[in-house]
Amino acid sequence: MSKTTFLGKFFGHGEAVEAEVQHEEAFYRAGQWQLVWWKFKRHRLAQVSMAVLAVFYFVAIFAEFLSPHDPMRRFQGRLAHPPTAIHIRDTQGRFRAPFIYGTEQGRDPVTFRPIHVADPDSIHPIRLLVRGDPYRFWGLFPTDVHLFGTAGEDAMPIYILGTDSIGRDVLSRIFYGGRISLSIGLVGIAISFVLGLLLGGISGFFGGAIDDVIQRVIEVLTTLPQIPLWMALAAALPREWPQLRIYFATTLILSIFGWTGLARIVRGRLLSMREEDFVLAARLDGESEWTIIVRYMLPGFASYIIISLTGSLPGMILGETALSFLGIGLNPPTISWGVMLQQAQNIMNVAHFPWVLWPVPVVVIAVLMFNFVGDGLRDAADPYMS
Amino acid sequence: MSGNEVIAEVKNLRTYFHVPEGVVRAVDGVDLVIKPGRTLGVVGESGCGKSVTALSLMRLVPSPGRIEGGEIIYYQSVRETSASSLSDIIDITRLKPNSREIRAIRGNHISMVFQEPMAAMLPVRTVGSQIMEAITLHQNVSHQEARERAIEMLARVNLPNPDRIVDNYPFQLSGGMRQRAVIAMALSCNPHLLIADEPTTALDVTTEAQILDLMRKLQADYNMAIMFITHNLGVIAEMADEVAVMYLGKVVEQTDIRSIFINPLHPYTQALLRSIPQLDDVMTRSGERRQLHTIKGMVPDPYTVLKGCPFHPRCPHFMSEVCDQVVPEVIEAEPDHIVRCHLYAPSPEEAQTRKEAML
Amino acid sequence: MLAYIIRRILRAFPQIILISILTFIIIQLPPGDLVTQQILNLQASGVEVSQQHAEMLMRQYGLDRPMHERYLLWIGNIVTRFDFGYSYAWQKPVAEVIMDRMGYTFAIALLSAILTWVVAIPVGIFVAVKQYSITDYFVTFMTFIGMAVPGFFLAMVIMYVALTRFGIRVGGLFSPEYMVQPWSWGKFLDLLSNLWLPVVLLGIGGTAGTIRTMRAMMLDELRKLYVTVARAKGLSETQILVRYPVRVAINPIISGLMWLLPWLFSGGLLVEIVLNLPTAGPALYSALLAQDMHMAGAYILIVGALTIVSAIFSDILLAVSDPRIRFGAVEGA
Repeated sequence: MSKTTFLGKFFGHGEAVEAEVQHEEAFYRAGQWQLVWWKFKRHRLAQVSMAVLAVFYFVAIFAEFLSPHDPMRRFQGRLAHPPTAIHIRDTQGRFRAPFIYGTEQGRDPVTFRPIHVADPDSIHPIRLLVRGDPYRFWGLFPTDVHLFGTAGEDAMPIYILGTDSIGRDVLSRIFYGGRISLSIGLVGIAISFVLGLLLGGISGFFGGAIDDVIQRVIEVLTTLPQIPLWMALAAALPREWPQLRIYFATTLILSIFGWTGLARIVRGRLLSMREEDFVLAARLDGESEWTIIVRYMLPGFASYIIISLTGSLPGMILGETALSFLGIGLNPPTISWGVMLQQAQNIMNVAHFPWVLWPVPVVVIAVLMFNFVGDGLRDAADPYMS
Repeated sequence: MSGNEVIAEVKNLRTYFHVPEGVVRAVDGVDLVIKPGRTLGVVGESGCGKSVTALSLMRLVPSPGRIEGGEIIYYQSVRETSASSLSDIIDITRLKPNSREIRAIRGNHISMVFQEPMAAMLPVRTVGSQIMEAITLHQNVSHQEARERAIEMLARVNLPNPDRIVDNYPFQLSGGMRQRAVIAMALSCNPHLLIADEPTTALDVTTEAQILDLMRKLQADYNMAIMFITHNLGVIAEMADEVAVMYLGKVVEQTDIRSIFINPLHPYTQALLRSIPQLDDVMTRSGERRQLHTIKGMVPDPYTVLKGCPFHPRCPHFMSEVCDQVVPEVIEAEPDHIVRCHLYAPSPEEAQTRKEAML
Repeated sequence: MLAYIIRRILRAFPQIILISILTFIIIQLPPGDLVTQQILNLQASGVEVSQQHAEMLMRQYGLDRPMHERYLLWIGNIVTRFDFGYSYAWQKPVAEVIMDRMGYTFAIALLSAILTWVVAIPVGIFVAVKQYSITDYFVTFMTFIGMAVPGFFLAMVIMYVALTRFGIRVGGLFSPEYMVQPWSWGKFLDLLSNLWLPVVLLGIGGTAGTIRTMRAMMLDELRKLYVTVARAKGLSETQILVRYPVRVAINPIISGLMWLLPWLFSGGLLVEIVLNLPTAGPALYSALLAQDMHMAGAYILIVGALTIVSAIFSDILLAVSDPRIRFGAVEGA
């Protein structure tokens, strides 16, 4: 009955019998990936998360066009500017297209701190596709068109999320920062993937002393505290290295722990699969060891690999954020969510312009979404589920 | 035992499972009578509701299952060891699930042995502690007495070195030994009724025979009633005094063991008996294999409610306009031999009038 | 059992040696060595460093010898004299800087671990029993949040809220009036009043993870036949839970002891830095900013060694709790 129940749940009973038969046929014919995908689609939360992540990556990819300003530009006289409120009603109570008020720099009468006062007479409508800071799209095509903003030389610049302590637009920096923060996890799992497959493969394939050494190293790595080790390694990077090299070195450092889980899986599966009949059959067919591994054994545990890798992604994103926040690893002028948070190291900064904390919810949402997707994938790919 | 002829009676029991796809009528109007010192065999294909009937008797039906109606009357006899204040006649269906009352019955008056001996005990606690638990729960005995009783029980089920096994962990015993230990656990409080849900299905044939022997011997020793659930008619022939054949949540035929094998009335019972492989049946004289008898079709989808007799799509004696329209009543076709089938209705005219009355 | 414990302890030795080698490699990583750095520092502050002085320093630190001899010297000093080297960032021996602070760090980690178990185990059991209830959905959702929000993020937000809403500066372990005083009852209470925040912040992630593990394990175990068997014996639901599924479901939590410790030290480091506690984390951080690796070496070595010890401890506990492991080891599968 359990099988019937499972199928019943799977396809939703009450449909026409014929459709059911077709469904069941499709079910038995479907490949591993189709099955995983079907199950994944039933995981609502994971799907929504996937969509949110797609938006995040989309924004990161088209950051130049989507961000209203150059992330490096310091707006003189608009340091620590609060987010510009968007209005659709002016002081006379008339409705109009979305606009922002221009601001004047003033001083707080009590604390004498510089503040920005909105001027109700200075109205700047928000326009789509406006000309603004020049940039090269993907470093190739020079242009100055931004998705939205305020038009004109003297227009009040729009700061949806405010500006930081030296007058740079927080929103634009979050968009650009996504490029580093979201890609570092992907590059990281790519490195972990290669390392895990290689070392796990060697371990499982050759066995003996090499296997022993690799297993001990994995054991030891799991006993080491991640962040202190990351910090120590990142701190040892030469300061004079160029940004790009630091970026890849940081990714490499973050991958130091990521590969161990994968290597264990690969090794375990290789060891158990060597005994399977279909491997023996392939060997009798005269296939080379390499072909056997890649063609026959790898597809058998591809789902494990994906799950293990998705699992280590959020940790890498948080790791990058932590390291950059501490100023070890990535540093300005590189823009990442962690680097942006360096401004939040000083609590007085946060107290006076809390909008520098914006990368916090952004990182949290990204990590949450990755966790949900990972969870959905794990459920979907779990061969023991039914 | 007091003079009670009957120890438990199941009347029109209905246990349904409410799942998103619909309602599964796992048990749909079952009547059974269980007598002391006798074995009632319950047979049927998987999914016919025999296990759910058993679980209903102990109020162990897992969620989302629920007893929807009917009665399970338990005639309790006076016993010195029992400290409970139960009245003599209890309707088990009216007790709250997991209430003090039902817990006083479970393991004490009614015990159960399950199919999978390997999974019936917690691997991380000793066999002894899991047996002693039931003893100390239902009887006012010290730890030491409970331990002695556990060792005694292990000896009764013919386990070698019971004083050693009492401190063993379940994973240190073989499947057959473990099932013996499970039986010892079930019998540790001298229950009046033992429900055995396919207790030997997971064991090999030799072990199965030993366990069945043991159960018969213990039944004689304790004069307890056994409700023996199986799909294996061979085992039924060895164990049961009476047999109830179940199909899709209903008892379709019930009688004594001889009648069921010699004179099966319900087409389903007949088909079941035909599907037992027999030596002269499998091999013809010329030595070529004959095909085994099977029942045509499959047990239908559990969510659909079939009109008329639930067996009609598979029945070789299917009567159009009758079997697919009218639910067959319980008919006492012969003395002490009841059957639910239109073939045995007093007359076809009466069946016809019944049908018209329903429309 | 004794044989198992001895074998388990023996297995730890190569691990500790491997950790010490890795740590030594990390110490050697930055370009330029300690002596060169010191000479540069001295020169920067206007002191002439003679060739002789430099060579003396080199000899003092054994820099003129080959790598393996230097490793042996380094590890020898640690084992025999508890000498982890000299932190030029702090201008003090590493052991002197780190030992007191490590005590606080360890106390915070330990308290967090206790908090984690005290909260997570009952909650995990409860939501497993109440699967698909509102509580279950709520707790499951919260565990996702808890795992996605690192403690140091929360620390920043809490500091911000405390400062702007209540005008309180959160951070540190002692109030200013007790900072320099000797130990007293009042100082101890003051420590406790400041300690709970890092302990809670640090515990959140682990609690979320442990609830999830516990829930998943319980759901697996609750479906097992032995639960029905226990119910058929007449045990009450509470008795069943405690005597049956929990006994098995707790095992991954026990083996999780091992990863919990490095995990707490990791997360704790950032919380400590953000809250600016007088603990090992911030000391390590300031040393690392100056590429002073001896401090990092000591930290990683100590935490690594502690983890290995706790791994032994958790393996022994696991063997006590699960006879399959105990007997599996004896019978040699």
